[in-house]
Amino acid sequence: MSAAHALGELVAGRAAGPDGYVRLAVDSGVWTALAEGCAAGLHDLSALWADGGAMHMALNDSGRGLRAIVSLQTDAGRYPSVAARHPPALRLERAMRDLYGVQPAGLPDPRPWLDHGRWPGRQSAARYEFLPTEGEGLHQIPVGPVHAGVIEPGHFRFTANGETVVRLEERLGYTHKGVEGLMAGAGVEQAARIIGRLSGDSTVAYAWAFARAVEAALGWTPPPRALLLRGVMAELERLSHHINDVGAICNDASVLTIHARCTLQREDALAVADACFGHRLMMDRVVPGGVTADLSGEGVGKIRGLLARLEATRAEVLRVYDSMPSLQDRTVTTGIVSAELARQYATGGFVGRASGRAFDARKSFAYAPYDRLEFDLKVRTAGDVDARLLVRMDEISESLRMLSQLLGRLAPGEIRADRPAVAAAGEGAALVEAFRGDVFVSVRVGNDGRLAHVHARDASWFQWPLLEAAIEGNIVADFPLCNKSFNCSYSGHDL
Amino acid sequence: MTHDLVVQFLAQGAQMTFVLLIAPLAVGVVRRVKARLMRRQGPPLLQAYLDLAKLLRKESVIAESASWLFRSAPYLIFALTWVAAALVPSFASGLMFNWAADVVALVALLGAARALLALAGMDVGTSFGGIGSSREMMIATLAEPAMMLIVVTLAIAAGTTRLAGVADFFIAEPFGVRVSLALSLISLVIVALAENARIPVDNPTTHLELTMVHEAMVLEYSGRHLALIEAASHLKLVLYLSLLICLFAPFGMAPATAGLSGWAIGLAAWIAKLLAGAVLLGVWEVSIAKMRVFRLPDFVGVAFVFGFIAILLAFLTRGVFA
Repeated sequence: MSAAHALGELVAGRAAGPDGYVRLAVDSGVWTALAEGCAAGLHDLSALWADGGAMHMALNDSGRGLRAIVSLQTDAGRYPSVAARHPPALRLERAMRDLYGVQPAGLPDPRPWLDHGRWPGRQSAARYEFLPTEGEGLHQIPVGPVHAGVIEPGHFRFTANGETVVRLEERLGYTHKGVEGLMAGAGVEQAARIIGRLSGDSTVAYAWAFARAVEAALGWTPPPRALLLRGVMAELERLSHHINDVGAICNDASVLTIHARCTLQREDALAVADACFGHRLMMDRVVPGGVTADLSGEGVGKIRGLLARLEATRAEVLRVYDSMPSLQDRTVTTGIVSAELARQYATGGFVGRASGRAFDARKSFAYAPYDRLEFDLKVRTAGDVDARLLVRMDEISESLRMLSQLLGRLAPGEIRADRPAVAAAGEGAALVEAFRGDVFVSVRVGNDGRLAHVHARDASWFQWPLLEAAIEGNIVADFPLCNKSFNCSYSGHDL
Repeated sequence: MTHDLVVQFLAQGAQMTFVLLIAPLAVGVVRRVKARLMRRQGPPLLQAYLDLAKLLRKESVIAESASWLFRSAPYLIFALTWVAAALVPSFASGLMFNWAADVVALVALLGAARALLALAGMDVGTSFGGIGSSREMMIATLAEPAMMLIVVTLAIAAGTTRLAGVADFFIAEPFGVRVSLALSLISLVIVALAENARIPVDNPTTHLELTMVHEAMVLEYSGRHLALIEAASHLKLVLYLSLLICLFAPFGMAPATAGLSGWAIGLAAWIAKLLAGAVLLGVWEVSIAKMRVFRLPDFVGVAFVFGFIAILLAFLTRGVFA
């Protein structure tokens, strides 16, 4: 086994591309040493994907502000497994093996992940074997993939001893729709529409990450007003989902009043987004080169009004939450994620920040317009449902602060730049903070000016595994509460 | 004499019909109150009747692994609960079957219905049914003893376990300061919440299978079977409300000797108190979170402890003042 290699030493003195990533081709020795480095906590694994006969790994060292994409040519599809050294890569490698046929040598878990044996041309009747659990008095509870509520499909296999959960195993992939395949060979406009539908609740974040990656690849500079408007849309998206999540968590503890209040507030936010940008979720409003919808002076007033109402709701909900011991009895100490796990999995978003991981793509790898905004990165350390709820509450007030700064800086101007005339091939990547956490998008533009490859990594890839850990030792009846406090994406994860 | 018997018989029949007819309305009131408190329009008050009518028309889908128990349980559960609900004096205390309206009998009828439901929940062999049944039995093992303690306390006070007798006693002898009865009231309210699968013990409106108790047991039921089980749970709610009214707020109830006019007053009072109880339940349910499953023993345990203290106090006061 080779010694761990730190990203810092490797990229020292090398220039980063316009997207902030240092690109390096490495041999298998360095590749495995970097994987060991992830396991040793020297840097974070941000993404892992297959493209063009090579495996690529995006690594972050947020402490030093370093980012790199390292590439390893595969040996006819074979390469040394990262997961064999760094477990968080496991599902990424299983998914890439399903999608592109690459073979990670030494993969600890050879079962398929996204492929359920139903894809045309490669049907398989092989049974998916859940991990064995042995012990007296254990029983299994299969839940899903079809649930009683109107939610996305996913299967949860609980092994329980009475009410106590001994093991939870997730099975995902039910919403696989071949997004990467659809985008390969697509034009920029079309791919922007597709990636905006990868996970509808993060459509602005994905569209923004994609736009930044394409802009970096093509040397395309969006106008300043467009950058501010992207920030406005992204924060509106975050606000509407955070307030909705707070309500949903309380609803799972059967506190119907908070849920009703939050639902009304979310509806208010969506209606304002619709009035300002012409779409409730602001789908297809962020595109490479800028944005497609401008904000009128009237719209600015509407958003300012919304900010005041959101602040009032936040304060009121927090007051009620704080004064309900019966509710806090459900959330405090339920579903604890340890700081060590959050670090190992480089978990972003409220899941990471509730477990002491001070990472936020807007701060750690700040991009315009966040690099010039005043806001705080709020971190809590309890790691339970209560902490994840309160981190959302903290972020709501930070988003409100950011929005009023953004609105104040809006100056008249263009909202979209034309595509550079010289169509050149190029690569670009971007990390954008969606409401769930950082989403990573990497693009490769071919000589024809069309997209040769797009890879999107949802924040949920590093959150779903922690849900399995969080529920261990809790009771079966508390799972919905834990699950809602994570609110992982199925669609964004299943690609 | 025969004339009297006929009237008595009709009155008892009316009582059985009333509880059956009014039960879905009580449920509708609870739902409506909860919806209004959340600033929602809420379903029509009569929605529960429409739901039952709809379910009765629908086909009943039965799992292949279901046994005769699964098919017959809904009828038995409905019958047992209906009889139990009809025994609790509602508008008059002197009805024909009041000799049978014994609290101990009531507990036995409900216990039998619960045992059937728990067995039916496990019959098909799905995991949710098993979870629901085991949780239901856990709650029952705590709620039933508490209920029995309440019964004994009342029996000590009124000198009988016959509900009509207890009601007559309280009508005739209005409340003084009786700590034991106050404790019994709290205890009975807790038992009623637990038995009716209301918040904080269970959430009747949840869609989360993993958190359900009552709903998890009946997940496999559909069509007329589900209608019967739903009707039974509506009846159970009315039963417990009536029980609370009969024991702790019996004013207005027609005594054994009352005529038609007394019955009319009794009926109006009963309906008003029933609906007030439903409103209170709705308000209660929106003002508290559901408990962790393992906190339930603490909560229902309070009922048991209060019941026990009530008995001790009842004995003590009897010993001193009797």
